[in-house]
Amino acid sequence: MRDKKKQGNKPDQDPAVKYVDPLNPKQQSRRDFLEGTGAAVVAGAGISALGIPKAQAQSTGSDSRTAINVTVNGTSHSMDVDDRWTLAELLRDELDLTGTKIGCNRSECGACTVLMNGQPVYSCSQLAVWADGATIQTVEGLAQNGELTPVQQAFVVNNGPQCGFCTPGQLMTATALLNNNPTPSAEDVKEALVGNLCRCSNYNAIVEAVVMAGEEGGVA
Amino acid sequence: MKALTNINATSFSDAASAAQQARQQGHAVAFSGGGTDLLQQIKDGTDLADVIINLRSVADGRAIESDGAGVSIGGLVTLTELSEDPLVNSGLSAIAQAAGSVGTPQIRNVGTMAGNVTQRPWCWYYRNGFNCFKAGGDECFSVNGENGQHAIFGGGPSYIVHPSDVAPALVAFDAVFQVTGPNGDREVSAEDFFLLPITNPERENSLVENELLTGVRIPAVSANTVSTYHKIMDREAWTHAEVGVAAVIQRDGNEVQNAKVVLAGVAPIPWRVQAVEDFLAGQQISAAVAREAGEIGVQDAQPLSNNAHKLPMVTSAIEQAILNLAAG
Repeated sequence: MRDKKKQGNKPDQDPAVKYVDPLNPKQQSRRDFLEGTGAAVVAGAGISALGIPKAQAQSTGSDSRTAINVTVNGTSHSMDVDDRWTLAELLRDELDLTGTKIGCNRSECGACTVLMNGQPVYSCSQLAVWADGATIQTVEGLAQNGELTPVQQAFVVNNGPQCGFCTPGQLMTATALLNNNPTPSAEDVKEALVGNLCRCSNYNAIVEAVVMAGEEGGVA
Repeated sequence: MKALTNINATSFSDAASAAQQARQQGHAVAFSGGGTDLLQQIKDGTDLADVIINLRSVADGRAIESDGAGVSIGGLVTLTELSEDPLVNSGLSAIAQAAGSVGTPQIRNVGTMAGNVTQRPWCWYYRNGFNCFKAGGDECFSVNGENGQHAIFGGGPSYIVHPSDVAPALVAFDAVFQVTGPNGDREVSAEDFFLLPITNPERENSLVENELLTGVRIPAVSANTVSTYHKIMDREAWTHAEVGVAAVIQRDGNEVQNAKVVLAGVAPIPWRVQAVEDFLAGQQISAAVAREAGEIGVQDAQPLSNNAHKLPMVTSAIEQAILNLAAG
């Protein structure tokens, strides 16, 4: 989906010339690159800024683990989870659903918002084990077959994302709002999205996007 | 997060027993309703729990029920449910308004009534790991420190303010607090549930180890009862009260027959202002009466070096709450 080369001005316009990014000669994805760098840092420092690495968590013999069943974006998973994992860590580190972002990791910013049984919750502040039996929807569960939902499309039209880090959480809270109130007013949107901070402060565009999505028929 | 063990409780008494058993094995234990604030405290190290007793698996405590004797609100009712419940909105609207003013939708969707009432204080010293009274130490750092958000009533030796919006509304309706422990159930009045720091500077309520709040019972209210919760924050939303006012009155037209006025954000417990209640009884609600009620509301205040701004807020919030309750 993300074809950055089409938008960039890198010298790969001539298909005969293979562009090699001097900073990334192996053509790794940004995520692969960051994870590789992170692993090197973690090996030295023993800690990770991105949460508990899987290998480290599993290597601690005393950890309690619990079997859970959870449905994520329509797929049911029977999993053995470490009791200390948050739902955000389960989604990102175990299910590779990295659309859900961990911002503050303390239920203040809303970047980690997912829908649990249809309601927006902060996945950084839920243990994964508490999601046993729950139905979870993440931002990856919105677009179907590459077709954006109306609220996603409205974010594109209204430039809802600036840096984009808060966008998955904004979209999930907005989706829950539109499911309950298909044509929200700007006031309704502001009230519903109060728990999703945007550090770029792009609030007006976000509110306009959600109102537009409502006017165009909600998320259905 | 550090390693911990989650135990899914099957009932409140099972939860109390599990907590007792884990403590006997040397663990630090916490009950979890919504868990939002608890996980934050565990991540920060201000709660040392390594065993969490999960109450999501408890079936009881999720109902709001009415009978002739009043209304029962289960401890595990979420703040969203409490704020939207038709029964609460019709007869006990201050409680619905208070619940709806807490945090954000994401917090209210998981946060519980009992969890809101029993959450730990948000004093920045306590929350940042200072070894204060609330952390088991023997000092309140706010006294000679940054005390802009601390108590103007009831302080000493700790000057925290009680963080709950819902609790003052419950107190204003004479709620009885239902508690379960390893040795059974007990019911506690508001006066005996919330504790001033002079009684116990480490805790905010009379729950002892392995006990948990399971619900509240609100005595029946008369048909001429009206109520409101008015909250002033230091930003428009998504924070605790600088000052909150839960007001419950019985009225005949605009004449106040009886009033209960309980403040949030100004004292270590939900703070009843009886002088205001006494003043209001028999008065016709008017702008002047509401203003005078607000001024009476601060007559016993004892501000610290940097929190006197709360006094005009109390006056204004009481005034607004009373005006909200005027007939028609």
